[in-house]
Amino acid sequence: MTIIGLVIVLSMIIMMVLGPWVSPYDPTASNVSPPPNPSPPSSDFPLGTNLLGQDMLSRVLCGGTIMLQVALLSVLFCFIIGVPVGLLAPYAGGIIDKIFTLVMDSFYAFPGLVLAITIAAMMGRGVVNMALSIAVVYVPSYYRIVRSQVLTIKELPYTEAARATGARGGTILLRYILPNVVPSIVVVATVNFADAILTAAGLTFVGLGVGIDIPDWGWDLTKGRELLPSGAWWVITFPGIMIVLLALGFTLIGEGLSELLNPRLEQ
Amino acid sequence: MGLRSYIVARVLLMIPMIFLLLSIVFLIIRVMPGDPVLLHFERKASEEAMAELRHVLGLDKPLYVQYFEYLAGLLRGDLGRSMAPGHHSISQQIFSAFPATLELALFSTLISVGVGILLGVRASQSYNSLQDHSIRAFGIVVYAIPIFFLGMIFQLIFAINLHWLPANGRFPPFLPEPSGLILYLSKPAGGFAQVFMWSLPAGFVSWAICSVALKRKRVKFWLKGFLISLLVLLVGWIVYAYLAWHFMCLGVLHISTGLLTIDSLIEGSPLKFVESLRYLFLPSLTLGLVLSGVFIRLTRSNMLETLRLDFVTAAKARGLKETAVVYGYAFRNSFLPILTMMGLQFAILLGGAILTERTFSWPGLGSYLVDRITFRDYTAIQGAVVLFGILVAIVNLMVDILYAYLDPRIRF
Repeated sequence: MTIIGLVIVLSMIIMMVLGPWVSPYDPTASNVSPPPNPSPPSSDFPLGTNLLGQDMLSRVLCGGTIMLQVALLSVLFCFIIGVPVGLLAPYAGGIIDKIFTLVMDSFYAFPGLVLAITIAAMMGRGVVNMALSIAVVYVPSYYRIVRSQVLTIKELPYTEAARATGARGGTILLRYILPNVVPSIVVVATVNFADAILTAAGLTFVGLGVGIDIPDWGWDLTKGRELLPSGAWWVITFPGIMIVLLALGFTLIGEGLSELLNPRLEQ
Repeated sequence: MGLRSYIVARVLLMIPMIFLLLSIVFLIIRVMPGDPVLLHFERKASEEAMAELRHVLGLDKPLYVQYFEYLAGLLRGDLGRSMAPGHHSISQQIFSAFPATLELALFSTLISVGVGILLGVRASQSYNSLQDHSIRAFGIVVYAIPIFFLGMIFQLIFAINLHWLPANGRFPPFLPEPSGLILYLSKPAGGFAQVFMWSLPAGFVSWAICSVALKRKRVKFWLKGFLISLLVLLVGWIVYAYLAWHFMCLGVLHISTGLLTIDSLIEGSPLKFVESLRYLFLPSLTLGLVLSGVFIRLTRSNMLETLRLDFVTAAKARGLKETAVVYGYAFRNSFLPILTMMGLQFAILLGGAILTERTFSWPGLGSYLVDRITFRDYTAIQGAVVLFGILVAIVNLMVDILYAYLDPRIRF
């Protein structure tokens, strides 16, 4: 499963990198095709054109970068915030731990998309803003995983042995606990990658996307909705499939990794 | 800990949680950089116009005063006023949009849990076969599809190409919306027919619920159901006659739920019922399918564990049918995790409902929220978001209590 996921994700990334060179037309240039637009797939435009007369093939080839950037950045933000807080809070213990857990729990209980929408609506357009608003949604899941792991590992004999030999708190955290937490963080991160991509698409769909002058699958889907009554299936189908593939790739990697890490059912 | 003290403790725990949630929303919208009024006008309005809007909405007061007014308003169920011209009450707007979302949420939960259980059980029965693998693949793929993409594909196929189902909206524009049950109390004869129509099914349903709750199943179930509904009919008529006699000229008694399917049923209009189902079908199928992935996986893994246990083998050895063993014995043990998951999924369900509503122009809370975002109406956005948060908190509370009721181990 992991392999299939990796193959999908890697080929998507290669496609995005090569996209600008291979695409037959400028993805943002309008009216590259003669007027009756949107036009169905033809030999000149294999995936058809949209309302602005832009070539869908070029847009599909180049359109993934925004989504990937947003997902990457948001996972990065989650790492930067969620992991240290999750490591330190149970170590500080007492009231600090309680407060952090309560705050994180109330973020966690919030409907994710609604929270992201609120923050994105306040911060305005842009890749970084979008990534931040998605990160806020997923930080609690990192915090929870890291915290629960730290709580168990803290009591294990080898950590106690380290403490008994005089290792300081910081050393124990970084050298004894962190390496054991990393695998589960990686699983959470890959699963969150898929979620972040879908959330980014959702944000674009409610009108909080990055903008019109950059090719983006989410944007194409959103605009394609207005063309649906005319039966222009090609405008939404291809970008949609690309999003599904990208999210699917990350989901598969996450699934495969978590099965590797706790092989409960495969006896 | 007894059930009662568990409930009390759980409710008390919810208070700081909701308080935090409200503070977070306030923090994001009012305190964080980005002045809502400035954003609302996109910096294109005069200083006076902005000052006036601030004054009308009370945004010119100090932040802590705004914060307390916001909390106090919420206690009264007041979510503030909209930034849009007219400054309508947000609570009222949300109140009228809420039933549509509730109806969508209920039906899609039904679909997602139903599909999830059926396919999950199927997969666990045929472990490691082609069927198992394809069901698992289905579960994973469905999880990776953006809801609105699936919705648009359904619209393309079933509405635009095949013309089987409507693509947008909640009810046909050429029909008056079902208004629920209206009892004209001054006209006993007409009212009697209406009472007759709804009390039979109502009586039967209530009997069914009671008998399931009392765990006395299938003992002359149908006969008893019929007798009980006759009894309810009688009681209903007596209550009605009493009301009619008392309020001879007071006009109408209006019973409506806002859920169009139920309203058309109690109105006694099969046509409206079928129409509202047709409009409901595609949106709830979309949302339900996307959410079903989690339930498939959960049911499958739980069932795989349960099917290995001795009591299942014992039941099989006694010669019970496969379905009886699977659903009557093994599945019962997988029900609690599914219930928990339903609670956890509720937040995701609401998020999905926003996108689904936008796709199908379904006039619920999600459409309201998106609409307000387009108009940069920040006070209304705040109201809708607060409501979403509180809804999730309440549903989680209910699921926890139900869970504690069903599984006493939780309370200790």
